[in-house]
Amino acid sequence: MIGESVPRLEDRPLLRGEGRFVADISLPHQLHMRVVRSHAAHGTIESIDATGALAVPGVAAVWTGVDVSDIAPIDFRQVGADQMVPYRQPILAQERVRYVGEPVAVVFATDPYTAEDGAEAVILEVSELAPVLDTTGPLGDFDGRLDTEAYVFTEQTGDVDAAFARAEHVIEAEFGVGRHTGVPLECRGALAVHHRTTQTLEFLGAAKVPFQNRDALAAMLGLPPSRVVLREAHVGGGFGVRGELYPEDVLVALAALRLGRPVKWIEDRHEHLVAANHSRDQRHRLRVATDDSGVIEGLEVEFVSDQGAYVRTHGATVATLAAAMLPGPYRIPNYRVTGRVRLSNKTPAGTYRAPGRYESTFVRERALDAVAAELGVDRAEIRRRNLIAPTEMPFERGIDALGTAVVYDSGKYEMMLDRVLGHIDYPALTWSLAERRAAGELVGLGIGFFVEKSGLGPFAGSRVEVDPSGCVTVTTGEASVGQGFETVMAQICAETLDVGLDRISVVHGQTDQMSYGMGAFASRATVMAGTATHDASLALRQRAIEVAAEMLEANPADLELVDGAVRVAGSPTRAVSLGEVASALGPASPYADGRPGLVTEEWYLTSHMNYPYGLHAGVVALDADTGSLSIERYVIAYDIGRAINPMLVEGQIVGGAAQGFGGALFEDFSYDEIGQPQVTTFMDYLMPTAAEMPELEILLSEDAPSPLNPLGVKGAGEGGTNACGAVIAAAVDDALDRPGAVTSLPITPERLHALCRSSPATA
Amino acid sequence: MKPAAFEYHAPRTLEEALGLLEEHQDEAKVLAGGQSLVPAMNFRLARPAVLVDIAHVPDLDRIDEADPASVTIGARVRHLDLEHNTIAGPLGSLIASTGRWVGHYPIRIRGTFGGSLAHADPAAEWCALARALDAEIHCRSTTGERTVGAGDFFEQMAFTTCLEPDELLVGVRLPRLGDSWGVGMAEFARRWGDFAIVLAVAAVERDGDSIAGARIALGGVAGGPVRAANAEALMAGRPATAETAAAAAAAAAEEVDPTGDIHGSADYRRDLVRAMVTRALDQALA
Ligand SMILES: Cc1cc2nc3c(=O)[nH]c(=O)nc-3n(C[C@H](O)[C@H](O)[C@H](O)COP(=O)(O)OP(=O)(O)OC[C@H]3O[C@@H](n4cnc5c(N)ncnc54)[C@H](O)[C@@H]3O)c2cc1C
Repeated sequence: MIGESVPRLEDRPLLRGEGRFVADISLPHQLHMRVVRSHAAHGTIESIDATGALAVPGVAAVWTGVDVSDIAPIDFRQVGADQMVPYRQPILAQERVRYVGEPVAVVFATDPYTAEDGAEAVILEVSELAPVLDTTGPLGDFDGRLDTEAYVFTEQTGDVDAAFARAEHVIEAEFGVGRHTGVPLECRGALAVHHRTTQTLEFLGAAKVPFQNRDALAAMLGLPPSRVVLREAHVGGGFGVRGELYPEDVLVALAALRLGRPVKWIEDRHEHLVAANHSRDQRHRLRVATDDSGVIEGLEVEFVSDQGAYVRTHGATVATLAAAMLPGPYRIPNYRVTGRVRLSNKTPAGTYRAPGRYESTFVRERALDAVAAELGVDRAEIRRRNLIAPTEMPFERGIDALGTAVVYDSGKYEMMLDRVLGHIDYPALTWSLAERRAAGELVGLGIGFFVEKSGLGPFAGSRVEVDPSGCVTVTTGEASVGQGFETVMAQICAETLDVGLDRISVVHGQTDQMSYGMGAFASRATVMAGTATHDASLALRQRAIEVAAEMLEANPADLELVDGAVRVAGSPTRAVSLGEVASALGPASPYADGRPGLVTEEWYLTSHMNYPYGLHAGVVALDADTGSLSIERYVIAYDIGRAINPMLVEGQIVGGAAQGFGGALFEDFSYDEIGQPQVTTFMDYLMPTAAEMPELEILLSEDAPSPLNPLGVKGAGEGGTNACGAVIAAAVDDALDRPGAVTSLPITPERLHALCRSSPATA
Repeated sequence: MKPAAFEYHAPRTLEEALGLLEEHQDEAKVLAGGQSLVPAMNFRLARPAVLVDIAHVPDLDRIDEADPASVTIGARVRHLDLEHNTIAGPLGSLIASTGRWVGHYPIRIRGTFGGSLAHADPAAEWCALARALDAEIHCRSTTGERTVGAGDFFEQMAFTTCLEPDELLVGVRLPRLGDSWGVGMAEFARRWGDFAIVLAVAAVERDGDSIAGARIALGGVAGGPVRAANAEALMAGRPATAETAAAAAAAAAEEVDPTGDIHGSADYRRDLVRAMVTRALDQALA
């Protein structure tokens, strides 16, 4: 069962239109919330006049900042620090607005149309202040006391200064990655109701991290955590963006409490593009020290992350990960990095698929290409000379990330390099591209290596229970954002219990079903919840055999679990089904002996992440007349230790790559000089569609299982995205025969057209 | 993204539709395929108090080929039906190849030819085609019908035409193109299905090896579709060769005066004009 590409359990309801996303759920007497958002990028609030809105028939209430000033700003969920505390976002703007789209008021009405009519009638007056739009420029003022640099950190390992002092070559460069983010098909949404009889606040539409958000909401609203229940419904994509605790979530919950009616909010796309977390947007400056053969002795990096207007739940997660993962698969013994998290008057930022790594892979792989060009060494060879060898595993980087030391658990990097070079027939491909270039075509190849991280701890739990009919329920506190979580948990459970997938149902993201949970981020769900489910299934099997041995009056050592039944090996008629075992375990039954029910719960604990790795190789063709680019060929090799369901892994890689290409070529949240966002609809936020996607060649491998968990599994969610920017950039350089031509993303047709015009290859 | 309240009418006859437009004047908007109007209403950029849905007005969905010299396309003929048209000769193939570029399949199923012209997006394929062929646009109101040439129909400002609030665009007359004509269409957009950054529609009449006359219309470079008059003039009488096409493309790039936006600066659009005109003419001369 593990390792089989079984169809998704989730598909049946979804394809039949039976999905239940939060927008599909309604409650009697619900009010609809509409958010009034700032039209100004930066300024002091002079007045907010809600009289017009309150006069609209059907409008039940309007709140502005003063009505919620008793509610604390939204706290960090991860990588917080005292310095960043003053930069947290209030749920409605207090005194100042800091980005276009910032919530300044909310209107509650009997239907969404009326709510929008009401919101239109709210008049916001702002006395405008100069916005900060370039975080590499001078710092601005945040609140009259603090400047806009929220956090600075330096990490180092080895002796960087000595490495530079003895270096034979020093290469300097600057690189940037634009501002883009995850745009799930389903916009955000929430529906909250306060049940007076049970004194419980129920919140539907949770995603990603329901348990952490339960705790945060309970703290903000002054409720006992056990009286706040978050429920995850179907979720139409997460990508890091969806499911974090946002101002709108808190407002919905607060309104359900204060207004005494269910309150529903469904985000529209226009809002999503200015209100949900943006991401990326980093500028790096680096120096690389190498010896004569191109072995990197030292690396020094300083970078700025444009955090937008506030520090949200992720704290400094993105910058921290960029710093920690920047050296990637290379040894680089001496490394120093300084990260600066700076605020601007743009939509606040958070994580997005391969956070910090999409950026740092771009920077690192651009740097490797620069070293190759400087020394006249082949681009694949320069990488080979710097790769960490399998004998060096586990490899300690000497740096921390997300509260844990970065220790690569396993990896056979050179083996992957050879596999990919063999697959594309590197010498022949390089030769044929050179031939085509000589004939006037603009075609080129890029390669990019990376290490991902996955399976963030410290815990995940899973409870496996069999009912008297033999149906199995797997319950975890982890979450599904649409990635096939249910299928994968069911496969892992079925492997051990030998029951059909149709007999297994998986419960996730319901805070009243489990005491603890973390969620679906950092490619952790399969690794963490999968391992816990594996352990719980093994324990259940053990328990079933124990009890069956008594029921069958047999020796446990002679029993086997086959097809959902425990039987005596060699005499299959002497058997009891798992359902019969469950039936025999009623609380008063002698078999139960104080442990009623056929149920087990296991908690998998780990203090370390594990590290999948991969290599992308892509061939692009450019059209100098228009600056358009087509991807002729794209190969993604990814080693995730063990693929529970290879089809789902490939799906993750393909979808991830589409997002990677989006950031490389299309997607860019630009702002004009007064801080007005220029990209607020899908007319302007250009995600690649099927027509822009190349056929991908995916080389999944299981060469380096993780030694940190019994399944050997590593996360699969982010490797498809990670190196796309780096590889497309490298391929463009190659096509133009101009190393170092591309220094920033996205490579829009206009930029590419300008590059083509100024390149000798096209002169 | 919910529209403001509006009143909805679905007239069954042309007279009824025109009556409603007369009654409500600029409070009213015609609803055709809804592919531009409805998004604008959802964003509350358009907030008509009254919608006059022409879905049930008879005969507007016909392509009339009775006249040997022209073809009249009803206002409500869908993009998709034009993409798959059966009109003979170069006109039919130009309409088909232009239609493929209008948005995405679901949009082409609903969006209409007349709606596209009335909406007058500066980068709309049909507007450029109408301009290239000097289409005659039939506009009806309760007081009668007038026919306006494409050159007068589109105003300098984007999304603006000479249609009066009480007028309905009922049909568009296009000249048939004989076998001496060659046609071409080229467009550059960021992604498949996006509005063009720049597009060119060309029709060239040959006289043996030389060019009798050329019509080149451009989208994406001005408030409305424009003709590349200098490029057209340059081609007349010259040999039908790639060199002539290149010279005309250079002239077209020279004579346009585009404005830039986030998808392309003015200079970039100028370069694209050159590339698109070259490509459209190469097809037309092939
Ligand atoms: C995602 C997307 C992509 C698109 N891409 C393209 C593209 O690449 N190229 C392109 O050209 N278009 C594109 N469109 C727009 C599409 O082609 C529209 O269908 C077209 O512009 C308008 O036609 P309609 O029938 O939908 O008109 P509607 O949206 O119903 O109306 C548009 C306007 O014209 C008026 N109107 C409509 N019919 C008449 C009439 N008979 N008389 C008087 N006034 C009338 C309406 O009152 C309204 O003001 C795209 C649309 C979308 C949503």
